[in-house]
Amino acid sequence: MIWDWAYTWDILPELLRGLVVTVQATLVGSVVALVLGLVLALLRRSRLAVIRIVTGGFVEFVRSTPLLVQLYFLFFVLPSLGITLSGFQAGVIGLGVHYATYTSEVYRAGIEGVPRGQWEAATALNLPSSRVWRSVILPQAIPRVLPALGNYVIAMFKETPLLSAITVLEMLAAAKGIGNQTFRYLEPLTLVGLLFLLVSLPASFTVRRLERRFGH
Amino acid sequence: MSEILDYLPLLLEGAWLTLQITAGAAVLGLVCAFASGLAAVSGSRTARAVSMVYVEFFRGTSALVQLFWLFFALPLVGIRFEPIAAGIVALGLNIGSYGSEVVRGAIKAIPKTQYEATVALNMSAYRRMRSVILPQAVVSMLPPFGNLLIELLKGTSLVSIISISDLTFSAQILRSGGSDTLTVFLVVLVMYFLMAYALTLGMRALERRGAASIGRGKIPIQRDVAKLPEPV
Repeated sequence: MIWDWAYTWDILPELLRGLVVTVQATLVGSVVALVLGLVLALLRRSRLAVIRIVTGGFVEFVRSTPLLVQLYFLFFVLPSLGITLSGFQAGVIGLGVHYATYTSEVYRAGIEGVPRGQWEAATALNLPSSRVWRSVILPQAIPRVLPALGNYVIAMFKETPLLSAITVLEMLAAAKGIGNQTFRYLEPLTLVGLLFLLVSLPASFTVRRLERRFGH
Repeated sequence: MSEILDYLPLLLEGAWLTLQITAGAAVLGLVCAFASGLAAVSGSRTARAVSMVYVEFFRGTSALVQLFWLFFALPLVGIRFEPIAAGIVALGLNIGSYGSEVVRGAIKAIPKTQYEATVALNMSAYRRMRSVILPQAVVSMLPPFGNLLIELLKGTSLVSIISISDLTFSAQILRSGGSDTLTVFLVVLVMYFLMAYALTLGMRALERRGAASIGRGKIPIQRDVAKLPEPV
């Protein structure tokens, strides 16, 4: 018998505790990514060329370098500059900033998708710029891009195992720890895979329904 | 500054391995993407089901979990991979599942009239795919493939966790060896950025050639015409 069921039931609670950390990291990371992404998208439309260029360069750089190296940077390098972060803090900041560069492109597409006439109407009504964004542009831009944002949240969820490399005890780290003690990796690692599927499949199903609802 | 020169050879060696793993996984991923993408649009229900399971499984779980599973769990059932092979197989299968959706989407996006024309011309299914559908579909696959290639390059850093001495691993070695971590990691990030940039430029060139080959975009001949000598 290759698969040991008794062992499987024994280790399940510990893996589920890991899943809670995984979900927490995803949620906090998503908040960072969704808020910072919008900020970056707005900065890329700034009237000052310097801000546009710096933001664009930052987005390109973060997008084309590995999240794992960025996490190492936050966790191992920042302390030498006097900033010490816990593994979880470094993890959610890393995830959040990395994915903010993706969500900023999504927001940008959404903002550019708002018809020109809406801008002209807002100008004609002499609305102040903050009011234009808050009441005219964003309420039309954001619902359209919700499915795309949802996909990035799911992608983040699947990247959280990287946090195990900076000492966060999420699901994969828990499985690895169990494996190291018992020398049986098959059950814990397979369970981790199944638990990931169990969360991400319904989530992507929901996003696909959202996509149909918003007619894309 | 002189310190950079000391550890640059190690980093370059790591970067070379990173590129090799990227290339290996890209080839495997491309094969999987086409096999699974074509299966997804085929008439066979079994082929479609197999393709769907493959795509949902690899897209639904994490790349690092897949890598660990190949490397730590499979040996228990008697299948053992060399670390580099495990890295290439895991990353290739993972990126292939995303590529499969690209292939499927591009084929589905070919206008129905093209299919109708091939039926009118009495082409075989193979001939239709080979001469009409794929040449057009491949061109629209290139931009998303370019994005996936960058994702793959970034993803190769995961293999450092199973102790393959790629670029990320070299950085970790230097860090534990007590080098100036700030410079090391900045250099490493810049090296990844440059590799990604080079790949992007390569893919853009490929996209231009692809678009020209099916008569979209700029036709290269125009440039030659402009260079013709002035009439006397």
